[in-house]
Amino acid sequence: MMASYSHPYIPNSLDRVRREMLRYIGVESIDELYASIPEDLRFKGRMNLPKPFPSEYELVRHVRGILSKNKSCEDYLCFMGGGTWPHYIPVVCDDIARRSEFLTAYAGDPCEDHGRWQALFEFQSLMAELVDMDVVTVPIYSWGHAAGTSMRMAYRINGRRKILIPSTISPERYLVVSNYVDPALTLEKVGYDEETGMMDLDDLEEKISDDVAAVYYENPSYLGFIETRGKKICDMAHDGGALCLVGVDPSSLGALEPPSHYGADIVVGDLQPLGNHMNFGGGLAGFLATKDEVEFVREIPYRIFGLTKTSQRGEYGFGDVLFERTSFERREKAKEFVGTATALYGIVAAVYLSLMGPRGIYELGKTILQRSKYAIQVLSEIEGITAPRFKAPHFKEFVVSFNGKSVAEINRELLKDGIFGGIDLRDSFPELGNSSLYCVTEIHTKEDIDRLASSLERILVR
Amino acid sequence: MGLAKLRRDFHEARWEEPIIFELSNEGERGIITPKDEKIERIVGDGISELPSSIVRKKLPNLPELSQKRVLMHYLRLSQEILGADVNIDIGQGTCTMKYSPKVNELLVQSPKVSEIHPYQSEETVQGALEIMYKLDLFLREISGLDRFVFQPGGGSQAIFAIASIIRAYYKSRGEERDEIITTIFSHPSDAAAPAVKGFKVITVYPDSETGIPDAEALRGAISSRTAGFIVTNPKDTGIFNPRIKEFTNIVHKAGGLCAYDQANANGILGIVRAKECGFDIGFFNLHKTFSSPHGSGGPAVGALGVKKELENFLPVPIVDYDESREMRRYYLNYNLPSTIGKVREFYGVFPVVLRAYAWIMSLGEGGIKEVAKIAVLNNNYVMYKILREVRDADISYPANRHRIEQVRYTWKNLREKTGVTTEDVINRMYDFGFHLRTSHHPWIIPEPFTIEPTESYSKEELDEYIEGLKEVVREAYEEPEMVKRSPHRSSIHRVDTSWLNDPSKWAVTWRLYLRKHRNGDSN
Repeated sequence: MMASYSHPYIPNSLDRVRREMLRYIGVESIDELYASIPEDLRFKGRMNLPKPFPSEYELVRHVRGILSKNKSCEDYLCFMGGGTWPHYIPVVCDDIARRSEFLTAYAGDPCEDHGRWQALFEFQSLMAELVDMDVVTVPIYSWGHAAGTSMRMAYRINGRRKILIPSTISPERYLVVSNYVDPALTLEKVGYDEETGMMDLDDLEEKISDDVAAVYYENPSYLGFIETRGKKICDMAHDGGALCLVGVDPSSLGALEPPSHYGADIVVGDLQPLGNHMNFGGGLAGFLATKDEVEFVREIPYRIFGLTKTSQRGEYGFGDVLFERTSFERREKAKEFVGTATALYGIVAAVYLSLMGPRGIYELGKTILQRSKYAIQVLSEIEGITAPRFKAPHFKEFVVSFNGKSVAEINRELLKDGIFGGIDLRDSFPELGNSSLYCVTEIHTKEDIDRLASSLERILVR
Repeated sequence: MGLAKLRRDFHEARWEEPIIFELSNEGERGIITPKDEKIERIVGDGISELPSSIVRKKLPNLPELSQKRVLMHYLRLSQEILGADVNIDIGQGTCTMKYSPKVNELLVQSPKVSEIHPYQSEETVQGALEIMYKLDLFLREISGLDRFVFQPGGGSQAIFAIASIIRAYYKSRGEERDEIITTIFSHPSDAAAPAVKGFKVITVYPDSETGIPDAEALRGAISSRTAGFIVTNPKDTGIFNPRIKEFTNIVHKAGGLCAYDQANANGILGIVRAKECGFDIGFFNLHKTFSSPHGSGGPAVGALGVKKELENFLPVPIVDYDESREMRRYYLNYNLPSTIGKVREFYGVFPVVLRAYAWIMSLGEGGIKEVAKIAVLNNNYVMYKILREVRDADISYPANRHRIEQVRYTWKNLREKTGVTTEDVINRMYDFGFHLRTSHHPWIIPEPFTIEPTESYSKEELDEYIEGLKEVVREAYEEPEMVKRSPHRSSIHRVDTSWLNDPSKWAVTWRLYLRKHRNGDSN
């Protein structure tokens, strides 16, 4: 590609400039600059890549052509959650997320990237209020990863190697956590009460022992019920000398108690519900919160930004707190590892919480409770449907069991009505039979829920 | 084409913006949540029938702000950032701060990307699966490896996935191998992530003259316990290890696997591939090399690739295409018998995957090679400029001038002569609107700084940056105290780090700041 004009992304592809630069360096060709790469290592062939679209217009046409094969949750009515949830995203969140400076910044220092440090410090501070804990870190990859870290932290704190987890844990998250804690720790599942879905406390009692580092559970659970005995579980963990770790959906925390109020030592969860798009599951960002105690803070592997002074009186500055914890500083001797993760999603969550404020976040929790309750009520009136499967209060999600047609069949029929039905639990929770996990949030109106109900009614009698 | 002009009166935005809590005004609202009165009439308030033990008693202490105030606050913060879009961002070496084309932002903003749910039936996400499938094919061509997945949410998580795969591989063979070898100029996570997976980590240092990792040191580290070798090449110094094939041969002979951290791939795209160098597994950072923006530190993708023999160990699912006549569609394949499970829920950060796809489609075979060549041209141009024109700056391992896409330099001489350190120079560069960074620890190279020009900047822009370095060196001699007090024209002044390691003083949240430094007084 010798050009009398340059590629728009590569200014120095211009032949005249290239020659000038080569002359300055003192070589004849760019090839000479690769002299340290032995000939026999060089790739001599052609990469079999499609013919490119040099014009922006053609590129847009091409990519949009492929994307048009997707049906989105704007095209269809979506009742799926299970770790990525449909929520309304305030326009200001998108506006800030698209802002060039936030979007294209990276690893700048506290002075010239001051705004990035402050935004992430504010994220930590706002989340701290939501979960009512003193320490929150810069966000990490996902809830699952943060949960894995909370377990490894427990092990480093008390030296024990077993983690008790609920059988109702999200199957995706279970796979992440299992791989993350291996080989240092073992996971043992605690059974659940068949009627309520909640943790079987007798089973828990039996399994808590000297080698249990922590009890981890999720509230609301993956299956949507609220674990009402959170305090009891944390007390039992503490009585056994173990820590209590709780995963939480932050969109519930305006209405529901934060786990710190019932005894959690470390709280984790995902920021996707706080202003981040679903992105085919790519909207995840894990958060981790804990107490301001040295034995906890020094075991955190992630970056933590702290407010501090500068050389100018009265000016706020920021810096890394206890940087020596991290792999940037200590390589293999660090606490786990840290790297590029999900900072921008954390900044978006900060904008979201700033917009919502205490009233907004309360009303969000309340309206989700109301709408999911309404959906449960309407669906439970349909013959052939049991909803919810568990006798417990629910938040956002609930299990629906069907008689007759399989969930797969029902979902295929719903699709024809423009509806994405709930998540099929056949493989992940076979003991629940022909069941499906439905999700209702603030985006679902009464008309939407009624439309689902009448579709299901029609499908089930057909 | 004019003279490179140094921006002597540059000043970064300085808003003295309060912490958002200080702006709170009781009763203000930023947004109204949808409320459905019809539903409320039917089900009540949804809260009073809950057991009181699970109901939040006191609203969270979030600030209360009008919408414009929130917008203004975060826009002001954004202006107090030197984002890659607004500066000649060649000074964040190892980070590959190339141009992230705006057209790709338009593409990811489509609801066909942002509003799709990972559990939708496959027939409704054929477009997304096609993009993933095809990007896998592209990366196979670029690397010579046989299969890619996009699940890891960054380079470090990809390294963790690699360590997980290496562990699973030997477990499946019943071999007890528990040592990973890396090099000191590979990313810190190349050492840290395997340690999490239970490996003992051995670090090989380079030859002190050439900067090339020492083959004898590698031989010394190899044993029947060697599980794997994880390295970057070129190294973070910009030096390419020409004996890499010999290295991978040594590891293979000892029965180990070779993993390629391709974080520094930008100068060798289409020039050297993982396969020909003898690697079994590796990853690309789609947020660096393949142009997806860095997002202030993610979201990101570490695209993880393996040779055929390791495919069964990949995290699930992979994307496949069913050619049978009735199907003819893309699908998620969970059927990998030896899978490590997952490193992240779902399938990766799809918008990042899409941007990488679009970037490759805008360049093609020739364009990708051009990217590499111009990145190398720019880097060598900058290196010779610095060597010839910037007093007291030197390259690391000066006996070896072969550099690929970046160079780690040293201000050792400047410090000895003027007392001005690399931190000082970095802080002063901000005053001209530039970034500069040191390197990861430990500092093998004294007073390090690292420059990676990428393909995205014009000769004039590179010249302007070098004028900045020259000016700061001149100042180091003439006004060293001024340099040591810099920055003077940045968003804030030099940070006092004394609180950051003191548990009684660190303030990682606003509430802790109030408690520890203002006696709990919230103004």
